[in-house]
Amino acid sequence: MKFTRDWLFDHLQTDRSLDEILEALPMLGLEVESVVDRAEVLAPFTIAEVLSATQHPNADKLRVCMVSTGTGEPVQVVCGAPNARAGMKGVFAPVEAFVPGIELTLKAGEIRGEVSNGMLCSEREMQLSDEHDGIIELPADAPVGQPFAPYAGLDDPIIEIAITPNRADCLGVRGVARDLAAAGYGKLKPLDTAPHQGTFDSPVRWQLDLGGQDHLCPSITGIAFDNVTNPASPEWMARRLTAVGQRPISALVDITNYVMIDLGRPLHAYDIDKINGDTLYVRLAKQGETFAALNEKIYDLSSDMLVIGDADGTDDLAGVMGGERTGVRAETTRMFLEIAIFDPISVATTGRQLNLHSDARYRFERGLDATAPQTMAGHIARLVTSICGGQASHAVEAGSGVDWQRQIDLTPDKLTQLTGIELPADRQQHILEQLGFIVETTATGWRVTPPSWRGDIDGAADLVEEIARIHGFDHLPVMALPRTQEVPQPAVNAAQLRPLQLRRALVECGLMEAVTFSFLAPKEADLFGGGAAALTLVNPISADLSVMRPSALPNLLQTAGRNQDRGEVDCAMFEVGPVFLGDQPTDQRTACAGIRHGHTAPREWHGQRRRVDVFDAKSDAEMALGVLGVRKASLQVDKSAPNYFHPGRSGVLTQGRTKLASFGELHPNIASHFGLRGPIVGFELFLDDVPLAKAKGPARSLLKMSAFQPVSRDFAFVLDADVAASDLLRAVKSAAGPLLSDIQLFDVYQGKGIEDGKKSLAVTITLTPQKATLTEQEIEKISAAVVALAKKNCGAILRG
Amino acid sequence: MQGLDAQSLKFVSDEIVQAVDAAENLDELEAVRVNALGKKGRISLLMRALGGMDADARKAAGQALNIVKDQVAAALESKQSALAQAALNEKLATEAIDVSLPSRPNSEARLHPLSRTIEEVLAIFAEMGFQVAEGPDIESDYYNFTALNIPPEHPARQEHDTFYLPANADGQRKVLRTHTSPVQIRTMEASEPPIRIIVPGRTYRSDHDATHSPMFHQCEGLVIGNGIHMGHLKGCLIDFCRAFFGVDDLPVRFRPSYFPFTEPSAEVDIGCTRDGGGLKIGAGDDWLEILGSGMVNPRVLANCGYDPEKYQGFAFGMGIERIAMLKYGIPDLRTFYDSDLRWMRHYGFLPFDAPSIHAGLVGGAG
Repeated sequence: MKFTRDWLFDHLQTDRSLDEILEALPMLGLEVESVVDRAEVLAPFTIAEVLSATQHPNADKLRVCMVSTGTGEPVQVVCGAPNARAGMKGVFAPVEAFVPGIELTLKAGEIRGEVSNGMLCSEREMQLSDEHDGIIELPADAPVGQPFAPYAGLDDPIIEIAITPNRADCLGVRGVARDLAAAGYGKLKPLDTAPHQGTFDSPVRWQLDLGGQDHLCPSITGIAFDNVTNPASPEWMARRLTAVGQRPISALVDITNYVMIDLGRPLHAYDIDKINGDTLYVRLAKQGETFAALNEKIYDLSSDMLVIGDADGTDDLAGVMGGERTGVRAETTRMFLEIAIFDPISVATTGRQLNLHSDARYRFERGLDATAPQTMAGHIARLVTSICGGQASHAVEAGSGVDWQRQIDLTPDKLTQLTGIELPADRQQHILEQLGFIVETTATGWRVTPPSWRGDIDGAADLVEEIARIHGFDHLPVMALPRTQEVPQPAVNAAQLRPLQLRRALVECGLMEAVTFSFLAPKEADLFGGGAAALTLVNPISADLSVMRPSALPNLLQTAGRNQDRGEVDCAMFEVGPVFLGDQPTDQRTACAGIRHGHTAPREWHGQRRRVDVFDAKSDAEMALGVLGVRKASLQVDKSAPNYFHPGRSGVLTQGRTKLASFGELHPNIASHFGLRGPIVGFELFLDDVPLAKAKGPARSLLKMSAFQPVSRDFAFVLDADVAASDLLRAVKSAAGPLLSDIQLFDVYQGKGIEDGKKSLAVTITLTPQKATLTEQEIEKISAAVVALAKKNCGAILRG
Repeated sequence: MQGLDAQSLKFVSDEIVQAVDAAENLDELEAVRVNALGKKGRISLLMRALGGMDADARKAAGQALNIVKDQVAAALESKQSALAQAALNEKLATEAIDVSLPSRPNSEARLHPLSRTIEEVLAIFAEMGFQVAEGPDIESDYYNFTALNIPPEHPARQEHDTFYLPANADGQRKVLRTHTSPVQIRTMEASEPPIRIIVPGRTYRSDHDATHSPMFHQCEGLVIGNGIHMGHLKGCLIDFCRAFFGVDDLPVRFRPSYFPFTEPSAEVDIGCTRDGGGLKIGAGDDWLEILGSGMVNPRVLANCGYDPEKYQGFAFGMGIERIAMLKYGIPDLRTFYDSDLRWMRHYGFLPFDAPSIHAGLVGGAG
C-alpha cells in the first residue's frame, strides 16, 4: 500500500513529523517497507532552457545542446532525445548528480568528441515513470534555475507499507490515518459523508439473477452521471496517482483509482452509451462465456464466476476487473458508477482461477467497508461532479443487505489475562472508540460492536489485540516462563535422539553431512523405485523438483556429480532426512543414506589412497546400525539389494528376517546416469526399520575378565569360490565353542597355487579360557572340531 | 703369581680398570671381563689362591679381594652401559626421517550448519522445559490450513505459495506443509495441557529466488497452560534470542502483526547495526525481523477440542536458515542445499562440538 505524506495529512490533522509517524506505523502493525523522498533524490535536478540544439558532427542521432541552467555560462550537453530543440524547457542534471533511473553519477566527459557536462533527463531517468521517448518538456513559463522537484510537486515523500491480510481497512489512506489518530498521533479529519442527492432517475438499473445465492452480491449501488467531461485529471490527483504507481488516464478512470486508494473502495465506471438496454444483470457467468477485460486480455469464464453484464454479455468480472466493451473512454459523457459489495470468497476464487490479479480484487477478497454502497455514495458522487461536471442521478440500489453487525462481549480484565498488560478500563474503552468501535456497558462488562470496516474482528481476542497494539506492545510485561522442573527433562525422546547421534557418528567416520531437497526429478525417482502419481507435485517449481523422493541416495549422487564438476571427484557424504513411500503420514520414513565416490583419501605419500569399494559402504552401514543399537555380530548379509546397486557387489544387512540396510557399489547404469567417473558406493537404511532397544537403565552388565592366557590359532582353508565367507566364519565360530573370544578373517586368496574355482580363506581364532590355562590337547581338540565342521558345512579343506 | 698384599691388589685393580676404560666396543670389553672375572681371569685366580691361606690371613685378604672385584665389576657395568648407549645413538642416527613430511590426512567431514543450529535451538528450549514434537512433511489441507484458522480462499493462503499433490478420489489434495504449525494441531489433538513443545522440521513453499528456497526449515514452539499470557511469550523469546545470539543486552522488539492462528499476533525483531554492507547483531540503530509469534487463536484451541475459556497459550515460529545465516554470517540461502564441499568445509561444524547450556552455544570454526 503506497501513499504520500500529504495524502495522509488530508485525513490526519497532526503536528507530528513524518519521522515520528514512520516510527509509529510499524508499532501499530503497519510495517513500513520504504520511504522515498523524491525531492531529496532529485535535489540536484533543476529547470533549464535549451538555447540551441545542433546536429552532432559525428553521430546521426545525437544533438549538441547549449543549455541555460539559470546560473553562470550556458552548459554544453550532448543529448540523444529526438525532442531536444532550441527554446524548450526541460530538466537538467549537472555533473556529479546521481541519476536514479540509470543508477549513475554523471561525470564531465566527451561523447563522440563533443564535450558534455550534464544531462537533459527523461521521466524514466528520474524514476518518475517508464516514459523514455524523449526528455521532459516543461511549460514555457517554468522558472529556469529553480529546483525541479518542488516545481513538479515531487516534494511529497512516498511511503509504502505492508498490510497484513486482516487489515483491509488500511488498504485506504483513511484507515492508516485512523490508526495513527487512535494511537495519539493526531486527529482524524471528518469525511464528508452527507447522503447522496440525485437530480434525476438513473437510466440504468440493477437486476440480481443469482439463483438463490444472494450472498454473492449483498449490496450494490449505482449512480448515473449526465453531461460529464472526461479530460485529464487535475494536477494534484494525477501527481498523487503517479506517486503511488498508478498511471493517470482520464479524470473518470482516475477518480475510481483515487477513491480506491484514498478510502480503500474500488469502483467500476461504465459508459452508459455502450450499455445495451437499461439493465445490468448481476449473475453467474455462462460456462464458456468469454470476457474482454480492461487489461486487453480475453478470459474464458466458468459458471461459478460472478459477473455483471448487459443484454450483450459480461461487462464486469465482479470485484476483479471491468470490461473493455462498456468501460469509460475519453469521449464518455454519460457514466454509470458501481459501488458494490461482493462475496470475498467468490472474488478470490474467480481471481485465482483466472490468475487475474488486480488492486480491486486484492481489496474485495480481504473485505471492504460493508456500508460503503450507502455511506460513501454521496462523497464519491460529489467528487465526480466537482471534477467532471454534469449531474448525478438518484442512486439505484439492489441486494438483500450486508449482515455485518456483530456484538462481542468483553470484560476489562481480558486484556490482562491474555497479554499481562494492565490498563484502566476507561483507557481501553477510549482506544476502541477511537478505532470506531461502539462500546456499550453491560452488567458484566462491555458489549462491543466493531465498525463496518473491520470485518476481521470476530472475538474478544481481536479486541484485546486492538487495545494492546494501540496502547503499544512495548508495554507487554517481560515474564520468564515458569519452570516446570528445576532440572528439565531431555527435550528429545529415544527415537528423536537417534538422528542426532547418527549424524555425529557418520561425520566421525569421515562423511560430510548434506541437506538436500525432499523432491527430485521423475526420472531419478523412477530409478530408485519411486515416482508414484500420488507423490508427484501438481505445481512443482521445476520438473527437476517435482516428485517426493523415495530414497536419499539419488540426491547424494547428484551432489557427488556437482562436486565432480567442480573438480572434486573424491566425495564422501551422507544425509539423514525424510523419504516418502506414500502420501500418508505413516508412509514417511527417516532415511540415513551415505555415498563414497572416488578415492578414500587425497593423493598423498603415505599410500592411504585407494579406490572406494563395497566394503566401505558395508562398514558405514554397520557403523550406522551400531549407533542405532544393532550389534555387528548379530547381522547377516544377503544378496537382495535393490536393483540400483551392482547385482554382484551389493547386499542387505539383516537381523533374522528383518532387512535393516542395503549397501553396495551403485549399478554402472546409475553411475553413468549421474555422470560419475569414479568408483561409487553407497548405503541406505530407514531408522524406522530398526527397533528401539528396550530401555534398560544406565547400569552395564558386570564385566568378567579371564585371568588366563588367551591363545590364537590360524587356519587356511581352501573351498569353492562361490561359498560365502560368512558361512565359513559361522562354521568356525560354532565349532570353536564358548571359549572363542575373537575371530578374524585375515586373508582371501585366489590364483597361483589354488585350483580354479576355489579360493583360500585364512582365519585366526582367539580362545580365552575362563577356568584354567588351555592344555595342548584341549587346543588340538578345538582345532580338530573347527576343521571338521568347516569341511562338513562348507566343503573347506585345511590347506597343507 | 701376584701377592695379595694391598699394593699388589691395587696394581691389579688399576690395571683392569684401565683396560676397561680402553675398551672401544662391547667385544673388547667382554675380553677384558673374561680376563679379569672369567674362570681363568686374574681375579678368579687370586680368589682361588685364598684357599691355601690360614684362616686369619684368608679373611683379611678375602675382604680386600672382594673390594677389588666389586670395583672391577662396577667399572665393567658402567662401561657396558656407556658403550650400549653409544651404539644405540649411532643406530638412531641412521634412522633419521624428514619429519617435515606431511602427516596422514585427517578427516575433513563436518556437520551441516542446519543440524548444528537446530541443536542450538533445542538446547535453549530444553532448558525452558520444552519437548521436541514432530509431524509429517506431507500434510492434509486440514492440518496445514483449516485447523489453523486459514479457511479456503483466505488471503493468507495465497501468501503461503503452497505445493500441492494430486487430489484423491474424494477431491482432497495433500499439501507439502508450508510451515511447522500443523504439528501444533497434531500435538493438541493427541495430548492434554500443559504443553510445551518445540518442532523443528522441513517446510516447503513454491518460491525460488535469492532469498527463497522451495524447501527450508522452521522451528515452531507451542506453550499451552493456565495463565500463560503474552508477557510469558515476550520473556521466553527474549531469553531465547539473547542466548542464541550470545548477546546479553540484545534489544528485542515486539511488533503487532497478523497470523490467522494467533490473536494477538506479534513479529519479533532483534537489534542490529548495518554499516558498509556488514551486519552486526546487537544494540544498534536498526531492526531485523526474525520470528512470528502470538497467543494461540481461541478458534484454533477450539478446533483441537480445548476450551478456550480454560486454556490459553502462545506459539511462535522461526526460519532456521535465517537465524543460522545471521548468527554464523552465511550470506546466501541457496548454498545450504548445494552440498558444495568447499562450503561444507568452511561453514560446517566438528561433530564432537555439541551445543549445550553447560558448554556454550556458539560453534567454533572447524
